[in-house]
Amino acid sequence: MTVAQDKPALNFECETGNYHTFCPISCVAWLYQKIEDSFFLVIGTKTCGYFLQNAMGVMIFAEPRYAMAELEESDISAQLNDYDELKRLCEQIKRDRNPSVIVFIGTCTTEIIKMDLEGFSPRLEQEIGIPIVVARANGLDYAFTQGEDTVLAAMANRCPTEEPAPVKVEEQENATRFQKLLSLGLKKEQEAAPAIATTPKHDPLILFGSLPDPVATNLSHELKKQGVEVSGWLPTKLYTELPVVKPGYYVAGVNPFLSRTATTLMRRRKCKLIGAPFPIGPDGTRAWVEKICSVLGIEPQGLAEREAQIWESLEDYLQLIRGKSVFFMGDNLLEVSLSRFLIRCGMTVDEIGIPYMDKRYQKAELDFLVQTCEEMGTPVPRIVEKPDNYNQIQRINELKPDLVITGMAHANPLEARGINTKWSVEFTFAQIHGFTNARDILELVTRPMRRNESIKDLGWDKLVREDALV
Amino acid sequence: MKLAYWMYAGPAHIGTLRVASSFKNVHAIMHAPLGDDYFNVMRSMLEREQDFTPVTASIVDRNVLARGSQEKVVDNIVRKDREERPDLIVLTPTCTSSILQEDLENFVSRAQLDAKGDVLLADVNHYRVNELQAGDRTLQQIVQYYIAKARKKEDLDTVKTEKPSVNIIGLSTLGFHNNHDSTELKRLMADLGIEINLILPDKASVHDLKKLPKAWFNLVPYRELGPMTAKYLEEEFGTPCVDITPMGVLETARCIRKIQQVVNAQGADVNFEDFIHNQTKNVSQAAWFSRSIDCQNLTGKKAIVFGDNTHAAAMTKILAREMGIHVVLAGTYCKYDEEWFRKEVSEYCDEILISEDHGEIADAIARIEPAAIFGTQMERHVGKRLNIPCGVIAAPIHIQNFPIGYRPFLGYEGTNQLADLVYNSFTLGMEDHLLEIFGGHDTKEILTKSMSADGGLNWTAEAQEQLNKIPGFVRGKVKRNTEKYAREQGIHEISLEKFYAAKEAVGA
Repeated sequence: MTVAQDKPALNFECETGNYHTFCPISCVAWLYQKIEDSFFLVIGTKTCGYFLQNAMGVMIFAEPRYAMAELEESDISAQLNDYDELKRLCEQIKRDRNPSVIVFIGTCTTEIIKMDLEGFSPRLEQEIGIPIVVARANGLDYAFTQGEDTVLAAMANRCPTEEPAPVKVEEQENATRFQKLLSLGLKKEQEAAPAIATTPKHDPLILFGSLPDPVATNLSHELKKQGVEVSGWLPTKLYTELPVVKPGYYVAGVNPFLSRTATTLMRRRKCKLIGAPFPIGPDGTRAWVEKICSVLGIEPQGLAEREAQIWESLEDYLQLIRGKSVFFMGDNLLEVSLSRFLIRCGMTVDEIGIPYMDKRYQKAELDFLVQTCEEMGTPVPRIVEKPDNYNQIQRINELKPDLVITGMAHANPLEARGINTKWSVEFTFAQIHGFTNARDILELVTRPMRRNESIKDLGWDKLVREDALV
Repeated sequence: MKLAYWMYAGPAHIGTLRVASSFKNVHAIMHAPLGDDYFNVMRSMLEREQDFTPVTASIVDRNVLARGSQEKVVDNIVRKDREERPDLIVLTPTCTSSILQEDLENFVSRAQLDAKGDVLLADVNHYRVNELQAGDRTLQQIVQYYIAKARKKEDLDTVKTEKPSVNIIGLSTLGFHNNHDSTELKRLMADLGIEINLILPDKASVHDLKKLPKAWFNLVPYRELGPMTAKYLEEEFGTPCVDITPMGVLETARCIRKIQQVVNAQGADVNFEDFIHNQTKNVSQAAWFSRSIDCQNLTGKKAIVFGDNTHAAAMTKILAREMGIHVVLAGTYCKYDEEWFRKEVSEYCDEILISEDHGEIADAIARIEPAAIFGTQMERHVGKRLNIPCGVIAAPIHIQNFPIGYRPFLGYEGTNQLADLVYNSFTLGMEDHLLEIFGGHDTKEILTKSMSADGGLNWTAEAQEQLNKIPGFVRGKVKRNTEKYAREQGIHEISLEKFYAAKEAVGA
């Protein structure tokens, strides 16, 4: 207790919640690509459709495996039967696309008219013969990336409890043979590296969070080098390959916005959660690997050197941002991890805006943030939950930060007022996890600085007259 | 319920927001859940707007669902009134608030007690009208409100201006090439010696609305936004309305002749015939283009037109009458205004398609196989898939349809832009076709595609698999950089480990 009091304390505030973010249904855009045999059906109105169509830009033209079940006036006033309507659409989807799973995304409208998606989906599932997963990713309750959380929490309940039945033995064999083939290629590496186990010497570990395949492989590889075997990921490339989850398995999250999924895995599936900082930035990745190793009783090897080596390779970018300040307006829940990394890079953080703060799920990350501030000798930033964009812009005008990480609604107006910005959504879609991708984060963060370097002598840094400031 | 992947017209509140945020010093407050303020992103990104979009949300969350908005909406209106001192706050319902059935009218009247500015509830039903209809209605509503207000204060100015003058109604934010059309129309009016009384709603102040009756006539260039307002003004003040879209040489001339007739009827004595002749011959190149050998080659070529009412109808007429192109199919997604469209284009095309389903249009394009398409971004992508060139003539549009350079679609300069658009679409198609016949530009086979001929470098299966996962357009670069790194390091086998190491070292 006394130790905790000696440390600089984190300061949490909560504002009005009048802020700009993406609607959580946007998660379908990256999840349908990740889960290749899925179909996402967003049950909502024109408003939802318009958002998806515009926010996802050109992706809509690639015949995506998602669609709107657009509610019409007769649905709202209950002149039509929800069950029959959805069944009709599901049959059409089955006929056209034949997916392995249909994910129903509940929206604000289905909440308000209290459409019982969870209630009737088991019956519907039986009738059409395709699993139906229901996720309520609506703007009444959640922000942006939390949409993925609701989908993964629903999927966590669908993970098998036992290995597949022996009927599929042939396929299974093929898979293992293929895996053997892959690990063969790595044999030499494994022999060279110390403390490598061919069969895991620890309880099974499942990682959760949707990452692009190269990033997921990279992280698994990083753990493998320490002798940690990843038994499965939630989600997998195919719905039909969801990992076996048994009580007592260890689980670890890779993203800060997955608190419902973590809760579901702990409470419903009786798994043990490894609370660690998230593998964002070399510092975060090292802490993440270390924490997993320590829980599994493994002594990690060579992590300090690995981290130092990454930092060294970032030096050219670090020189650009050292001593500069950054302001997170907050919209995607990656803010704490990114702040912690940027403080370690030598930046100061004026404010961490964040839509929602789960202090239990993010505990290790928050502690790490405080520790990082201490070690770097910078004040601990204040964390503003449910921020108010209007107030934030007033604070930005006062603080004049060197960089504001913000949504697209504010970026151009702030740039016109001479304030550097970086779009926050880019951090959601770029590859930012693990040692290997640390450079990609800084590539994003330094881009406005590098751009300014090339146009600095032109003199029109403020294009809007001061009195026009909001 | 309807299975939908794509929609042409947005939801109703977008129309209301487009009109409200086009005015100067008008703020819109949406009664909406988190994330519905996507309009701000579109305006900021597509229009590259330098100012903050004057739209905020009064957030509907769980608490609102349980207890109702109570003070929240009123507080938000009053707060915004204090913070930004807008002349008018438009409370904008969304699909969510429509079904909550809260008494928004009551919130507005309560907020009005404390607010210095005016407060108005946009009168649109989310489930009955779309973006375009809602925009039209909101504009009329705001005009009507301020006319009534001026009448009450008895400072309505109904005396016509000394010289002929016009209200141009319907130019708005996020409208297809509206800012360029605005400049072109102003220029046209100046050339005709007609004063501009007011432009609506683009950058207008609500305080000026009381001057509306001073104009001799109203010009409504677009079918989608403005007719309701013009009709209202005609009923109230007898102001005649010119609703011919000056798009294309013939329609521009028809529009100008109508203006001549309207102002002469009110006592002016103008004759624009020389002007029309001069512009058509010297300023617009479109008339000459029609006679040129280039255009002759387009004779009888098949085209499909699809878009909103204004642009699809005008385009169909231009292609058929001015360029001799065979319009096989003309279509619109403005289902609610179907009759008008049929009347406008029926003589100039073989088929008419009225549909909001992009699949239907795509099927028609595949069936007809035109030489060029003139449509929206959606048709452009259909064209890409079928290898048919497409000129974009209507919303929905992307950032490339908000050009920085001067690209009006209306007026005489607009005719030049259209000639380019049409001609480029067709020649591209022709060039493509010839290339195919003669087997492409480069008939010699390229021997080495990559810089590094696979000299002694081995990729392990695992590393190769990772490489294959990298999107095609950067894969070559990543491969080259990795191999370059491997050579520098004297490595002969690229394992997964080395693959990552290369990325860490050189950002491959």
